[in-house]
Amino acid sequence: MRYLPKSPTDREAMLKAIGVKSIDDLFSPIPEKYRLDRDLAVPRQMAESEIVDWFKQRAKENGDGLTSFLGAGAYSHYRPVVIDALVQRGEFLTSYTPYQAEYAQGTLQAIFEFQTMVAELTGMDLANASMYDGSTGAAEAVMMAVRITGKHHAVIARTLHPEYREVIETYATHQGIPLTTIAYRDSGRIDLGALEAAVGEYTACVLIQSPNFFGTIEDVEAVAEIAHKRGALLIVSIAEAVSLGIVEPPRAADIVAMEAQSFGVPLGFGGPYCGVMATKEKFVRQMPGRLAGQTTDKNGKRGFVLTLATREQHIRREKATSNICTNQALVALMVNIFMTIYGKVGLRELAKQNLAKTAYAAAQFGRHANVLFSVAPRFNEFVVETTEEPHAINSRLLGHKIVGGLPLKKFYPELGNAALWCCTELTTRSMIDTAVGLVADSERSVDVKEAEPAEALR
Amino acid sequence: MSYPTDRKYTKEHEWISSDGKVGITTHAQDSLGDIVFVELPKVGTELTAGKTFGTVESVKAVSDLYAPASGTVTEVNGELATSPENVNKDAHAAWMVKIAVKDPAELNVLLSAADYEKFVSEEAGH
Amino acid sequence: MPQLLGDRRLSDLQWHRRMDGAAAGNHRSRTNGKTLTDKYFMKHMTRKATRHISQNEGLIFEKSSPGKAAWKLPPLDVPEVDTSKLLGKQERKDLGTMPEVSEIEIIRHFTRLSTWNYAIDLGMFPLGSCTMKYNPRVNEFVSRVEGLANGHPYQPEKISQGALHILKTLSDCLIEITGMDAITLQPAAGAHGELTGLLMVRAYHHSKGHPRKKILIPDSAHGTNPATAAMVGYAVENLKSNESGMVDVAALAAQMNEDVAALMVTNPNTLGVFEHDIHEIAEIMHAKGGLLYMDGANMNALVGKARPGDFGVDVMHLNLHKTFSTPHGGGGPGSGPVAVKRILEPFLPKPVVVSKADGTLGFDYNRPQSVGRVRAFYGNFGMFVRALAYIFANGPDGLRQTTEDAVLNANYIRKGLEGTYDLPYSTRSMHEVVFSDKVQAKKGVRTMDIAKRLIDYGFHPYTTAFPLIVSGAMMIEPTESEPKEELDLFIEAMKSIAAEVEEDPQFVLDSPHNTRISRLDEVAAARKPVLRWKPEA
Ligand SMILES: Cc1ncc(COP(=O)(O)O)c(C=O)c1O
Repeated sequence: MRYLPKSPTDREAMLKAIGVKSIDDLFSPIPEKYRLDRDLAVPRQMAESEIVDWFKQRAKENGDGLTSFLGAGAYSHYRPVVIDALVQRGEFLTSYTPYQAEYAQGTLQAIFEFQTMVAELTGMDLANASMYDGSTGAAEAVMMAVRITGKHHAVIARTLHPEYREVIETYATHQGIPLTTIAYRDSGRIDLGALEAAVGEYTACVLIQSPNFFGTIEDVEAVAEIAHKRGALLIVSIAEAVSLGIVEPPRAADIVAMEAQSFGVPLGFGGPYCGVMATKEKFVRQMPGRLAGQTTDKNGKRGFVLTLATREQHIRREKATSNICTNQALVALMVNIFMTIYGKVGLRELAKQNLAKTAYAAAQFGRHANVLFSVAPRFNEFVVETTEEPHAINSRLLGHKIVGGLPLKKFYPELGNAALWCCTELTTRSMIDTAVGLVADSERSVDVKEAEPAEALR
Repeated sequence: MSYPTDRKYTKEHEWISSDGKVGITTHAQDSLGDIVFVELPKVGTELTAGKTFGTVESVKAVSDLYAPASGTVTEVNGELATSPENVNKDAHAAWMVKIAVKDPAELNVLLSAADYEKFVSEEAGH
Repeated sequence: MPQLLGDRRLSDLQWHRRMDGAAAGNHRSRTNGKTLTDKYFMKHMTRKATRHISQNEGLIFEKSSPGKAAWKLPPLDVPEVDTSKLLGKQERKDLGTMPEVSEIEIIRHFTRLSTWNYAIDLGMFPLGSCTMKYNPRVNEFVSRVEGLANGHPYQPEKISQGALHILKTLSDCLIEITGMDAITLQPAAGAHGELTGLLMVRAYHHSKGHPRKKILIPDSAHGTNPATAAMVGYAVENLKSNESGMVDVAALAAQMNEDVAALMVTNPNTLGVFEHDIHEIAEIMHAKGGLLYMDGANMNALVGKARPGDFGVDVMHLNLHKTFSTPHGGGGPGSGPVAVKRILEPFLPKPVVVSKADGTLGFDYNRPQSVGRVRAFYGNFGMFVRALAYIFANGPDGLRQTTEDAVLNANYIRKGLEGTYDLPYSTRSMHEVVFSDKVQAKKGVRTMDIAKRLIDYGFHPYTTAFPLIVSGAMMIEPTESEPKEELDLFIEAMKSIAAEVEEDPQFVLDSPHNTRISRLDEVAAARKPVLRWKPEA
């Protein structure tokens, strides 16, 4: 086996040194009847070239070479090549959590810089080193709000990513945290009246997403006022991090739970991504996850350590703020490098291009179909309502190597034939024009009643 | 080490003075090492003798604080929020909370300075 | 591995005593550090490591100045927009202290930082419980193949067959390796797997009428076990280990009752010891309707040699970032699949991968008894690709040989250091061995000090102060990836440090001496946390 650095002679010598006759002797602590006396039924040992071929084959079966209008929590942005060149350095790739600070200053300083940039971008005082993803980060934020307020009720916008909502439900059920979901209005924004009615003295937090699942930018300050009036915290979830380049961050929030995938992380069929949590200084001791802090060594030299560890499971065990241990460090490093590359000016310009492409696309679609929620400002997603079933439209688009918008019926049945479209800086005008043309064709030619959803395309 | 005789002690290494101030002993702070954070209840909180009312943290450990007697918190030493090192500097001066003791008889079961000192030396022995 | 210290009463003081060797402040060089350093360096350290220039590097923000840029966007092919008109008061005007630097500066910045880290690629990384094995580069290569790296989680199933095929193949392999019946790949790490597993335990009991109240956890368990139980709404009850460091079967029998939902056992446990009575343990649990959860962090001792499904485990998680070679990346990402027996299958998180009538693969969302979702999308897919590539590269023979070598290496180290360091449990070791600092503590040198000195010898420290049942624990897991020569160097280094402790304990207490930075003031970091950079006012 090519990964194993021992010759048969080495093994012999080592067994002899240990004082056993054969390797089987070392496995004698396992009761004999549980020792496996056959080969595992897994594929045979393969050569590297075979492994590469196998995965390339799978890639071919996976929509390779298509362009796409999908967003909905996973965004296609350009990834500068510098990112992969740097994260593949073995000293980053193959190191462990920086518990031994003197031997992990590289990772620690990088985390410190990451925390600084995330705090700056989100408008919070500080940020942690990462959470698993945007959905679990949001769920942890709810539990954090419950700890801070001592209250047990969470109010959640229906325009929070539907899968994030499902995750929160899973987490909250066993914590005894009842959830109230608040509908959206025709503007695409949360229904403030319904929110006002739902938030009580017993409410720990209000959780909204902005830009929300429809791409609509929420009036965060209005929501904050309602939450804070009753002593509830405001949690803002951000799924499209690039929006922070041009959209005012949720400074009125108490906790920001962000998915940073947009910042240089491959789509990768849904993971690994990079959740992050940011908050106000006064709440830091209730925050889950790792934190790097600045300090000095014996000689007064600046250095970094993991700090405030008493919040964590390895010290506080069942009383910890969370059970999280391994996080998304290397993905956070990708995010870190992306933020560093674009920086103060580039992020704004990047976000502006996203805004421009989306404005153009929404206008073009609007000439032939109904673009919903056009009153409030949006970032890089929009909802298009058609007379034809979106799956049918999409299967025609696929013939032109285009993956169309995400049909919303599964998540929002009341929206009928609506789909969520996304444009980023990678979306070209000709892609938009082709897609709009294909949608327009059908809108003229297809008899609504007869339209059948394409079978396999859910 | 001699312990002040103007107060009573617990086997959990807290002290309580006659005016109801509560803190941890020099021995406790020494054993914990550098204290980095003290978490205390709010004024008005009801404490129950023997039950936890807060925590002290060093870099890698959290220890519960146990109420030496039952009573209501009337004052909290706010200085400790920003200067937890005061506990290391002078544990017997760095009080944590002041309580209005409900039943002064409860104090009778606590250790005297001499008894506590003996207890500490025995504990170190095992 | 974490430095572990539970919260405990002030009366348990001996636990705390010198745990914070690393906390500076009380550390001052007694002698002139330089000459001593040189002396020891010459004497002991030329075999694995030597000194080398280390580049200094400030924070990226300190390099920033207006007008520098590392980005370039293509010209816009659609009309420009008036951002203030589109966004109104929602428009962000300023990105504050975000950096402005050039590409070469970024390359140098992160490259310099990287050289301050230790890594498996540089040598043995014997962190017990963490399974720091070689991370094959073909894994990285195949995870970046276009089509896999660019697949969108919501692209239609018809054009996701490649990804689904990978999910299915990996699932089948892991089911075979564990001897279980079904699996979810959704959890993002070990702790997340524990959460998922206990949610299923809870749902199972709930379906039987009542979710039960508590989880039994041995005192040797990792901190995530009790933390997870609490997150699922269970009380934690501690289970004492016996004098061999194993679950005390009699104590378990006494503590087991109808209020107990499950026992979370790690096998081999955190001492590296195989729970010899595992079958009896399972029977005790099952007799009272409880379930047996296995923390699979230590599967590197079992793959191809024994299967948890065969010895009575009902639900377990795997750590693909340990046993299956996906890189730790300085703390993550991981992946924590959860494998279950048939009785728990209905409760798996949604969606579940299924074969459809037409022969294609798809996701099944119609799972009425499911615990729900534990994260968005389908899991850390990129880790699945890597783990599967690892399984392919090994095959059944390679997987078995890997386990054998891992156990061989641990026992070789044990033999080499027995007598020099105290072995608190002499029970047979599997893939890792736990010593204690009992001998060295007499000179005032604790496990963390020895760990820091090991850095000077060019090794990453072992795991310190975990498991909790060993005071001053030194938990060593070499994995299969170490050649005999590296193991010999490690043994030699450890012996040499033991000799230094006898000769000059203060020198060890002041270590590391050869890192670019000496011991850091963790106390100051925790008292007045500085968690982000701010420009000077
Ligand atoms: C025994 C044991 N259990 C659980 C975990 C937690 O796994 P993870 O860090 O992947 O969440 C670890 C890893 O540190 C471990 O060693």
